[in-house]
Order: sequence, then C-alpha cells, then structure tokens
Amino acid sequence: MKIWRRVACAVLLLVLGVSLCAELVAPAGYARQYRETADAPPSRQHWLGTDDIGRDRFARVLYGTRLSLLLAPAAALLSTLMAAVIGGLAGYLGGMFERVAKTVTDLFLSLPWLFLLITVRALLPLNASPLVSVLATFLILGMLGWTSASRVLCASAASLRDSDFLRQARASGIPAVRLFWIHVLPNLKPVLVAQFWISIPVFILSEANLGILGLGVAEPMPSWGSLLKELEGLVSIGEEPWKFVPLILLVAVVTSFQLIFAKQEEFAI
Amino acid sequence: MTKLTSRSALPGLVLCLCLGLLTPSAFGQGELRFCLRSEPKTFDPLQVEDDASVAIRYLTGGTLARMNRQSQVLEPELAQSWKVSKDSRQITFKLRNGISFSDGTPFSAEDVAYTVQRLMDPSLHSPTSDAFRSGPGKVDTKILSPTQISITFPAPVAGLDRQFDQVAIMSAHSPKKEMAVLGPFMVADYKPGATVLVKRNPNYWKTDEQGRRLPYLESIRLDIQPNRDIEMLRFKRNEIDLINSLDSEYFDKLASGSPQLVHDAGPSLDSEQMWFNQVAKAPLPGYKKAWFRSTAFRRAISDAINRDDLAKVIFRGHAQPAMGPFSPANRFWFDSKLKPPVYSPDAALRALQREGFRLDNDTLKDTGGNAVVFSIITNSGNKYRERMATMIQQDLQKIGIHINVVTLDFPSLLERMTQSFDYEAILLGLSNVGLDPNEEMNVWLSSSENHQWNPQEKTPETAWEAEIDRLMRLQSASSDPKKRKEAFDRVQEIVVEQAPFIFLVNRNALSASSSSVHGVSPVILAPQTYWNAERLSLDVMEAQSRP
Amino acid sequence: MLGRKIARHSVAILVTALLGGLLSATMVRLAPGFDTDEEQIDSHLNSESLRALHRARSQQRNILVFYLQSLKRASQGDLGSSLTFHQPVNKLLRERLPLTLRLIGVALLVSWAAAMTLALSAAALRLNSYDGLATVMTGILLCLPAAVLGLLSVLWNTPAALAVAAIVFPRDFRYARNLLGRAYSLPHITAARAKGLHELRILFWHVIPVAGPQLLALAGVSVSLAIGAAIPIEALCGLPGVGQLAWQAALARDLPLLVNITVLVTLVTLLANTAADLIGSMGRSEPA
Repeated sequence: MKIWRRVACAVLLLVLGVSLCAELVAPAGYARQYRETADAPPSRQHWLGTDDIGRDRFARVLYGTRLSLLLAPAAALLSTLMAAVIGGLAGYLGGMFERVAKTVTDLFLSLPWLFLLITVRALLPLNASPLVSVLATFLILGMLGWTSASRVLCASAASLRDSDFLRQARASGIPAVRLFWIHVLPNLKPVLVAQFWISIPVFILSEANLGILGLGVAEPMPSWGSLLKELEGLVSIGEEPWKFVPLILLVAVVTSFQLIFAKQEEFAI
Repeated sequence: MTKLTSRSALPGLVLCLCLGLLTPSAFGQGELRFCLRSEPKTFDPLQVEDDASVAIRYLTGGTLARMNRQSQVLEPELAQSWKVSKDSRQITFKLRNGISFSDGTPFSAEDVAYTVQRLMDPSLHSPTSDAFRSGPGKVDTKILSPTQISITFPAPVAGLDRQFDQVAIMSAHSPKKEMAVLGPFMVADYKPGATVLVKRNPNYWKTDEQGRRLPYLESIRLDIQPNRDIEMLRFKRNEIDLINSLDSEYFDKLASGSPQLVHDAGPSLDSEQMWFNQVAKAPLPGYKKAWFRSTAFRRAISDAINRDDLAKVIFRGHAQPAMGPFSPANRFWFDSKLKPPVYSPDAALRALQREGFRLDNDTLKDTGGNAVVFSIITNSGNKYRERMATMIQQDLQKIGIHINVVTLDFPSLLERMTQSFDYEAILLGLSNVGLDPNEEMNVWLSSSENHQWNPQEKTPETAWEAEIDRLMRLQSASSDPKKRKEAFDRVQEIVVEQAPFIFLVNRNALSASSSSVHGVSPVILAPQTYWNAERLSLDVMEAQSRP
Repeated sequence: MLGRKIARHSVAILVTALLGGLLSATMVRLAPGFDTDEEQIDSHLNSESLRALHRARSQQRNILVFYLQSLKRASQGDLGSSLTFHQPVNKLLRERLPLTLRLIGVALLVSWAAAMTLALSAAALRLNSYDGLATVMTGILLCLPAAVLGLLSVLWNTPAALAVAAIVFPRDFRYARNLLGRAYSLPHITAARAKGLHELRILFWHVIPVAGPQLLALAGVSVSLAIGAAIPIEALCGLPGVGQLAWQAALARDLPLLVNITVLVTLVTLLANTAADLIGSMGRSEPA
C-alpha cells in the first residue's frame, strides 16, 4: 500500500503542477478559437485535438484541472464538516435534537433544490465575474451536499453514544464538547473520509449540470465538468477516444485521493 | 437466332407471375417509426400549441385546404373549391361528397360549421383560433347545402383561405368527439411518456392516381424521445425510420457513411438572432440603455459578428448567414433587394468611434469612460446557441467589447425577457411555421407583447417603429398580394437598417430517412419529412428485417 | 410499545411530508420564471389569449391559499391538474409510478447486492490489490456523468435500472466498505480470529451487529440517492416514469405536479429512513 500511496501522491502533484504551469505548457490558451480546425483530431499543434468551436482541448483540460482540483475538494471539505457537525452532533446528543435533525435531513433530501439554485442565479448579477459565479456554485454544492452522510453519521454517533468508553469518559468529568471532538468524531472518520472522497467527483459533475441554470463556470473558462459533457455525444465517441482524456484524468485524481486517505481508515479508533 | 415462341415464353411468364405474387406489395403494409421530441399535450386539434400535438394533428386531421409543403401552393382537400370575398371577411366552401369520419359518421357542412363555431369560442385560446380573430364580434356560419357553407368573420382575415390549412374539421355528431378524424391516420393507442400509435383511417377519402386507397402505410409509431443523441442512435440501429430535424454534426457523420440516408433541403424558414434590451423601464444603468437604443451601436455589433464562421463552424456549413427577418426560403415574401451582411470589425470599430467610443488598452469605452461590457443570455440545453454566444464573445473581443455569456433555463429567461426586463442582450431563435408575415404581426407591432426588444409600447417610441406599425397594418388590411409584398419588403428593409434584431443565421432543413422508406421528399416547411405521409410506403422485405 | 412508536412515527411522517410539500411550493413560487409559460412567446397568440395564460397561473400566486386549497382537494382524492400536461395529477402519477418503483426497486437491489458483496469481501480479505481494483472501478462509475450512463444503457441495450444502480452503487460501496473496514479492525475481531472462529461466524455475529445500524441508515439514504438518480436517467432515456415527469414539471414550473411529486418523494424518503431507524434501534441495546 505504501507504494500505491506514493504513486497516488506523485500523480496528484504532477497533475496539480502541470495545471499550475498551464501558461507554459499550453500557450494556446483555453479561449482562443482556431475556427479553421474545429473539432479536429489530435495533432502536433493540438495534442488532444480541438473542441466544437476550435479551442485547444489540451489547454482546456489543464486550465479546467486547476479550477476543479482546487474548488471541488474545498466544497467536499465543507460538506463533510457540515455532515460531521449536524449528523455527528445529532447522534451524539440524541433525544429531541436527534429527531429534529433527522427530520430536517430527510426534508433536505426530498426538496427540489433546483429552485433554490435558480433563485441564487437570479440574485447574482448577470455580469458577475466568472470567479464569483464559480465560487457561489461550489459554496452552494458544499452547503447542500451533506445530507446523505449526515444520516449515516447520525447512526454511527448514536451507536457510540452509550458505549462503555464514552460512559467512562463522561463519568470522569470530561466536558461534552471535548468528548465529541476527541472521542466521537475520530470514530466517525470512515464515513467522513468516504463522504469527502465521493463528494469530489460528484461536485465536479454537478458544477457542469448547474450550467443549465446559469451557475457554474462561465464561458470561455473550462472546467472538468464541462469537458466531461463532451462525452454525451457518445454515439460517435468510439471514433474520438481522445475525448475520454478528461474522464481518465478525473478517475486518476479521485483514485489518488482515495489511496492517500486509505491508510487513515484503518486506524479509525 | 433463337426466336422466342409462345411455348418457350410461357414458363418465363409463369415464373414472373409467381415472383410477382411472392414479392409482397409495398402498399397497404408496414409501420413507419419516428420520434417526437416531447409529449403531445392534447389531441383536440383546435387547442394544439406544441410541436408534438401539431404532428399528431397533421397526421390525423382532415382540412378543407392544405398547403402543399413542397410547392408552397394551397390545394383543395375536403373542399373541392372555395371563394374568398374581396374584403377577406367571407369564404365560401364547396365540399366533397360521400366522405366519412374514421368512425363512419358522415361528413357534411354541419361539421364545418360546428368546427368554426368551436374555433371562434371566446373561451378557446390557441394559435389556431387566434389566427382568425382579427377583430371583435361573432362569426357567422351559413350552411347553404350539405356540401356548401359560407363563413363570415367579423373582421378581414389576411390570407383567409391559407389559415384553414391548420383547421382540422371535427365531427358535430360523433360520440368519439375529437378522436373521430378525417385525416389519413387516426390515433389508435397512446402510452403517456412513451408512444403514440396512429393507424390507417379505414374511411380516408383519398386515393392515388391508380385508384388505390391511401395511405399506403398501415400505421405510424411515434416514440416520445427528447434526447437527440438517443434518437440518432436508434436511427443508426434501424429502430426508427426518420429523423425529421437532424443536427448538423450527425448529418455529416451519417453522410460520410451513407449519404443516401441524409437530406439537406436548403435554408429553412427558421432564424437565430440576438437583440438588445430597449425597454425604457429596464433595470439597467442609463449608459447601457443609451448604447442599446443607438442604431449605430447595434449595427456596429452586427458588423462585428462573423456569420460565415457561425454557419461554417457551428452548423458545419449547413446554414447561411441571415439577411433579414425572413429567410430566402420564403420565396414570395423574402425581399430579394436585401444584401448579405458583411463581416467587418474595422468598419464596426470606426462606426463606434464616430459615436464617441474609443479603444483604451484593448477595451472599448464610451464617452463617459464606461467599459463596454454586457451580458448575453440564451436558453440552456441548446448547444448551438451556447456555441454561437461563445463565438460572438470572441468576435466582439476583437473590437474591445467584453461580453459575459449566461445560459439560463427557459422560464428564467422568459421571466427576464417579458416581465422583469432584467437583461442586456438575448440570443434566441425564431421558428417560422408559416410563410405569411401576418403570422408575425405580434412581433412587429410596437404595442404587442411579443415585440421583443421593447414590448407593449403605448405609442411607438421611434419613428421607424411607427412606420413598421403602419406598414404591417397596411399589408394586413390589403388583399392584393403585390401591395402586401411592397409593404412588407419595406418592413424588412427598415428592420435591417435599424437592427432591432441582429439576424445571425438561417439553418438548413436537415433530415434523415431510412432506405426502406419510399416516397420521402424532404422540404423546408414542417413537417419536413412526412408532409406527404399518406404517400409514404415501406419496402416490406427490408422493414421485416428491422429490430 | 412498538405499535405506539410506529403510530408516532407515522404522524411525524405525514406532517413532515405535508411540510415538505409546502416548502417545495414556496421554493417554486419564489423561483424566477414561475409566472411564465413557453406559449406566451408564440407570436400567433393575441392579447386576450396571453391574458388568459397569465390568469391560469395567477391562482397560484398566493402560495398559502393555493396549498390549503390543494390539501382540501387532496382530502377528496383530487390532486389537481397539471399545467404542462393538462391532465389530472393523480392520473399522471398512477400511470407512471409503477415504472419508477420498478426502476428504483431493481436498481437498489442490484446496487446493494453488488456494494455489499464487494465491500464485505474487500473488508474481510484485506487485500490491497483487491481494494485498489474496487476503488478504481467505483471511481470510474462516480466520475461518469448520469447522461453518459443513460446513453450507455441505451447503446448496450441494458435495462435503465442498471444505469441507476451504477450511480448509487459507488456511494453505497464506499460507505459500506469503510464501515465494514472499521468494524473488522476492532480488537474483538482480532481476538475472535485468534481464537479460530470461522469467518462467517465473525461476520454475522460480530461485524454486522456493530456496523448494522449505520448500514441500515445507509440503506435508507440509498433510496433517496436512487430517486435522485432516476430523474436524469428517466429523462434521458425517455422512460415514462415519475422522474421524467418531475424533470418536465420543474422546467415548466408546473406547481400542482411538483408539489405532489415532492410530497410523494418526501413520504418515500421518510418511510425508508424511518424504517431503517426503527430496525436499527431494535437491534441497538438500550442504556441501563
């Protein structure tokens, strides 16, 4: 496993490093349209070909990586923390608090959040900078993505609530906050790590889907999600395998994250 | 030389006869299959609004007259002939005899009267009925005989006879109500969200030149499939026979392998266009309103957009730069004096500089020092419009104008466009079903809700809009095609001069049909591929090998 | 005791579902585009028709009045009429619910069977290569957009339920793997193994009771995940289920349809999670 973790770290560092040096590696830029060679296959000038309106796909992958790699984990962290606080606390405290938190969670799972997102878009000015739009997008994703894990965390914390070691700790006079922070939360790590790892690709894909509501990354900026949307022309994609590169890159990055965190799960007590 | 004697010829003749008997006839058999892009909302032909319902109506409805989609000439259908009064208020039809609805109920003038009375019911609100409501008052239907009827409208209706192309006659007496039809097919089965099956109308009155009863097809199955990628996949797998409206990239992909399957009927009537918000009460800064209300600004933007690239890159060459409000495909009404737009960013920049704009470090600024930045919104899910907006973004960047492309879901876009007026520029398309400019009265009249750049003006806010109002009313009131054409030509010229709409491209009418379907002759008027559905047939041998 | 608990939960479920309906109605009402109709930009419609279109939506402007009237009608079996489809909502739901229930049911069964098999074997075997392979496989599925999964199911002629399962499975697997991994790493499992207990006995007597409540909670949450996954898959593959209905209703701001679908989804979510909680609490020992 050590070797795999090292490989995973190397992959992540390589991807991050190359994407940060995108200006040097891909001087074509992500926005320039080579209209004479639109939808072209890979060539010396365009290593991954061009997209529908002639933009260099390799440059777009690099610049898109930068954005998605930084913001998606941040949003995943936010949703994980929210799940930990809401779900973990609910399970730990029990009683009415747990019941109310579970009801709120179930409501959150059922409501059509599409309309909240549409309202957020309406509140943002149309000329909001792409950065503001994309930050708002990932912030909302982080704030809405905690519900599934919260339920599982609640059950986990509830099962710990009356365990012997916690009773002993409580009897020794340890304050509740410290109990939660030092003794309960670490035992919730398996679920928290799973939540974090799952959220990264889910948020990357969700960002692309939010484009239909006017949120997400605005043109001409690329994102992994918008690059993955090219796969939806699947009918002919067998003839254009280079369009799978963003998917392969995303899988590599997500798997690397998982391999790095895998060790932490084995010492969860 | 061997002479063929009657004896030696006989076995050959018998063989041919047997082969002829063995080969199934192409006529009277087979199920045609294609997709509807959405669920039909109604089977009531008078309440039809959406494309899917229009398709069902076209296949099942019997009309008094039908526009031949190929020749664009109005032809008799259930009516043998008609006469329109000079003031375009009255039309008298002479109907065919001996026709029955699909359930056997006889067809007569009474059914026409019933249909028209229903059509003009004030509680009915539909595009079909509104086309006849040119003024207040009641419609008068006089049954002169079982095969003759005179209909008098309260006000003149422009193109009165042509409007009946959309009116499917309903039975006054049949217990099946709107399901009793006079068209070539009738609805046999409907699985919500999945399929509509129409079957041959056994009482359809039309025959072909050889006296064979039409339609040739046994049935048509319309699958509800909004996704174009899946529609294309199913066509490639021979699960469907037609694609009525084909995307350009799929056209090219199909054409590279099987060019005989695809059809490019040339420029369609549809156009893609953008416009600026000219509403006085719009929540925009004053300087932006000044830009958008300036004809010179709008024309400069128009000059800076490379329409050839839009047509070439996005539509793969299956589109033409748009010249004005009407496509050249509208042969009679298109103003042939209009010239193709010229792409000239230099001319655009000079024009803007004459208006006081100046380039400051690659950013265009107005006289007040405001950077020319605005947003352009379009509806999400339409990849062509999203790409067009991105290409326009780059075109305008060359003259220092920065635009933000925002895609919105359609209701949100509509809300900004029609209620809050909280937008700067919009990129949308115009889908023209008919040919007559009268169908667009509500776009060109300044007082109308659909006068998109500045709806519901109490009085025309500009002289050119007042002139357009005058000309549109003039052509609407006239029954002389020449006078109408003159008036509408001038409307087109004013629109191009003033650029309230910046017309971008006219897309070509692209379609695909399987080799097992005979009689397909795609046109630009909807429905492009099955406008002659009653004469389409299937090669039954090939059809039987389909999944 | 159990009966009282179930009765209490049933009331809570009903009240929460109705609250969900009200909240969703409020969200739809406040979202932009509520008052609009695609037909209003049809240039063939005259002013009177456009006014009639606006009037049709105006009855829903006061959301509280609308909701109370809907509840009153619902108590008599009338769920209102869809603005998009011009048909009674209960007819639409009746026609489409069976397909969606079948889709979600099969998807959950497949997803759970695959997730538990893989998670249990990975946790029990503790082989890095096996774990790594499972991680890569689930990673690929997580990274595939729902649209692509839907298209693949059409391309390969596989049931759409598999596409839904492919969306739910990686999440179920990851959580289950981690929960079971933690359970297997507890000291008493090591002791049990050292004492020579059979693996199956360890699994059923010592691992599952520990991880059980969390796995049950996960099962409850999977139902919501499956419902969420069914919507894009049905919409993409043209399946006439409730998911497709929900998507079209959302795009058209069809309030009567959306409210009823939300109440239905909330009911199903609450039932699933409450059942998971009840079963979990039955298995958990009560404090002395």
